[in-house]
Amino acid sequence: MAHITLKDIAHSYTGASDNPDDYALKKLNLTWRDGGAYALLGPSGCGKTTLLNIISGLLTPTKGQVLFNDEDVTRLPTEQRNIAQIFQFPVIYDTMTVFQNLAFPLKNRGRTQVEIEPRVIELAKMLGLENDLYTKAQHLTADAKQKISLGRGLIRQSVNAILFDEPLTVIDPQLKWELRSQLKYLHKQFGFTMIYVTHDQTEALTFADEVIVMYEGEIVQVGTPEALFERPEHTFVGYFIGSPGMNITPCELKGDRIFIEGHEITLETHYKEQLASAKIEVGIRPEYLSLAQPQDKGLPVNIIKIDDIGRHKIARVALNDSVFHVVMPEMSGMTGDKASLVFDTAHTNIYVNDHLIAGEKP
Amino acid sequence: MIQKQINQKAWFMVLPVFLLVAFSAVIPLMTVVNYSFQDTFGSNKFFWVGMDWFRDLMHSERFHDAFLRQIAFSSIILAIEIPLGIAIALAMPKKGWGVPVCLISMSLPLLIPWNVVGTIWQIFGRVDIGLLGHTLASLGIDYNYTQDPIAAWLTIIAMDVWHWTSLVVLLSYAGLCSIPDAYYQAAKIDGASRISVFRYIQLPKMQGVLLIAVLLRFMDSFMIYTEPFVITGGGPGNSTTFMSIDLVKMAIGQFDLGPAAAMSLVYFLIILLLSWVFYTVMSNVGEESSKGGA
Repeated sequence: MAHITLKDIAHSYTGASDNPDDYALKKLNLTWRDGGAYALLGPSGCGKTTLLNIISGLLTPTKGQVLFNDEDVTRLPTEQRNIAQIFQFPVIYDTMTVFQNLAFPLKNRGRTQVEIEPRVIELAKMLGLENDLYTKAQHLTADAKQKISLGRGLIRQSVNAILFDEPLTVIDPQLKWELRSQLKYLHKQFGFTMIYVTHDQTEALTFADEVIVMYEGEIVQVGTPEALFERPEHTFVGYFIGSPGMNITPCELKGDRIFIEGHEITLETHYKEQLASAKIEVGIRPEYLSLAQPQDKGLPVNIIKIDDIGRHKIARVALNDSVFHVVMPEMSGMTGDKASLVFDTAHTNIYVNDHLIAGEKP
Repeated sequence: MIQKQINQKAWFMVLPVFLLVAFSAVIPLMTVVNYSFQDTFGSNKFFWVGMDWFRDLMHSERFHDAFLRQIAFSSIILAIEIPLGIAIALAMPKKGWGVPVCLISMSLPLLIPWNVVGTIWQIFGRVDIGLLGHTLASLGIDYNYTQDPIAAWLTIIAMDVWHWTSLVVLLSYAGLCSIPDAYYQAAKIDGASRISVFRYIQLPKMQGVLLIAVLLRFMDSFMIYTEPFVITGGGPGNSTTFMSIDLVKMAIGQFDLGPAAAMSLVYFLIILLLSWVFYTVMSNVGEESSKGGA
């Protein structure tokens, strides 16, 4: 058990270079609390797996240090870091039985059969593998194989951290949900530090206490699922989290007023004047927009399309060239294709050059 | 109701294949079978002798000796080439400029025709002008493959290892390259030793290609003819007279068509049987080892 610190980590697969574009991971600093449940969220190719491999020691970072409890382990090989890692696709030892597979990490560390056996049986029960313990692993289904991979990651009780690299990609949806709650339960019970890499926001938000969002080799936001939803610090987080993502539209900013396509909205906070060259945008979640009758106060919009997705409806509306998504509980008596778009100003964020800026209460 | 069309004309479509197989395999094989039950005193007159040739063959010391020599040769070849091939494949680089260099230098021996390989080694080993033979002789080692059976065997084995280990290397290397990186990463996470990685990841993943390598090398070495024929001609004495050399001596040298036909049929059946044994054993090898449980 340890807290893990990444200090000025950067990695380039082509070796040290002065060109920032060569870096799969740009300079980042991060501390993982001991016993925390983290999710690393981001689109494919944003450097999540690279970051994970640096923590486990499968990769040595081009720059920076990895610290376990303030001890520098940057050059320490994987075997000596006491880390468990589970990969996207099942990795099993074909010639071994399920039991031997699960026991392998313990056996390699010199544990006796007496210690190994009860632990393996306990874990096999937890994963629902107890009936296949003495079957050869290669004859099992992909689901079961991935459970074995998970099991090998969870078998050691004293690991510094367990790293999951999109481990449930190959698993059926129903079982996926079960295994995820199982992992959450294990986390509560044993207090492992868990870092879970995924590109699926639901997975990240349900699993983790804290979510780290990555984009193009950089960490764009670290926060609780609520913070990511309410106040995305980067327009990418706004787009990426939520379904549909945040509405982000160019606007003009004057103190506490913004102008979208010439229409004025008064906000609750006051913003400093920005440089003329800055890209200023307003961001609002579809959940915080609503539609009113055309004659009511609001932005005059055209309704393009309404999708019924069960619990609620999603309306696509246009104000000249700006398109907004609006989540509506029901079609509150709207007729025709004209409506007024109403902003919930308490949940309206302003972005300058893609980064959130804070306003002041007047 | 759908009327089922019956059209026997389709048989004509497969006729070319039948003809091809008939001329390339069935008819020559049947000719051999035909010879093996008959005797001739020339001028194209044949007499039915029944199973006599087979009976003679089973009791022929000459056949037994050739068979034992053949088994010994193939066993030695496999025992050297398979482990050596795996070892070289493991040592080969996985990326960078070393890959093409290694692959090309490995393929070179495979591109040389058999009789050229034989000639190369025949000259290489000569005591008067050969680099190997002369060097050994100057070092005071008594080496002469034309007179000493042991030297003749060593030369032929060295030649075969030189010629064919590359095949095992290339097959093993292909097997190794197909193992995803995640396996090695997982092994590191699990704290597996280098030997465990070989035993539990690399060897099982290479099983398929190794099966092919063993079968190819076994069949090839069991049929070896050209190279020993060029180097030693089967001698000194009969010490390197392997089965195919013996067969050719009998069929073409002595023109004993009947016994030679019987021998080639038995020879063929032995190769078939042993290949089947290898195949069955090797494809079951993984299954067996797992039944022991924990």
